[in-house]
Amino acid sequence: MTEVKEDLTLDTKGLSCPMPILKLKKAIDGLSGQVLKMLASDPGSVADVKAWAEKTGHTLLSSSQDGAIYVFFLKKS
Amino acid sequence: MTERKNRLAIIASKGTLDMAYPPLILATTAVAMEMEAGIFFTFYGLNIIRKDRKNKLFVAPIGNPAMPMPMPNILGMLPGMTSMGTMIMKGMMKKANAPSINELLEICRESGVRMIGCQMTMDAFGLKKEALIDGIEVGGAATFLAYAAEASVSLFI
Repeated sequence: MTEVKEDLTLDTKGLSCPMPILKLKKAIDGLSGQVLKMLASDPGSVADVKAWAEKTGHTLLSSSQDGAIYVFFLKKS
Repeated sequence: MTERKNRLAIIASKGTLDMAYPPLILATTAVAMEMEAGIFFTFYGLNIIRKDRKNKLFVAPIGNPAMPMPMPNILGMLPGMTSMGTMIMKGMMKKANAPSINELLEICRESGVRMIGCQMTMDAFGLKKEALIDGIEVGGAATFLAYAAEASVSLFI
């Protein structure tokens, strides 16, 4: 993966469904740049962020895991 | 051509703590997924949006073999068991960092989830619009159906 630099980091660690997705939507709407980095501890967010991106048309650039933390890079459409 | 938003239409008919979560979680998430969402609160579902009840939703161990601590009905009928079951569930939700019913209602209101109180059941229960939280409109079966007819997802909860 080519290195992308995030314009904003959204930390949803400690939150569970549906809060990470609700916060993600808010963050993307308010994002002035292009790329959002999202951190989550909810394992359900792996499937949910992917589904959310497919539905809303924003691009999920990458989805990875760092220990117990899930890291997503999303590009605003 | 302007694309119409997908729409989620839910009937919330139950007033227990466990059954209050799914309509609110799904409606708020639908809006976050750029869908429209509406909830029609009817019968005991009205408790979810009653000012005096929304913070006092219970889950009862009696007749409920799915409780985390399954309890024989003969014990479930003892005074205090419903409060205990409710406390256990609230504790579990808190531990899972799930939002409270109040928080979800607030997000519904902020994000424009359409919330409709069922006129007929409100009349039957002697409930005035003032007894419900702010931002609720009142309507009947036709109001819900007119909304649901244009929905791609309809759920009865």
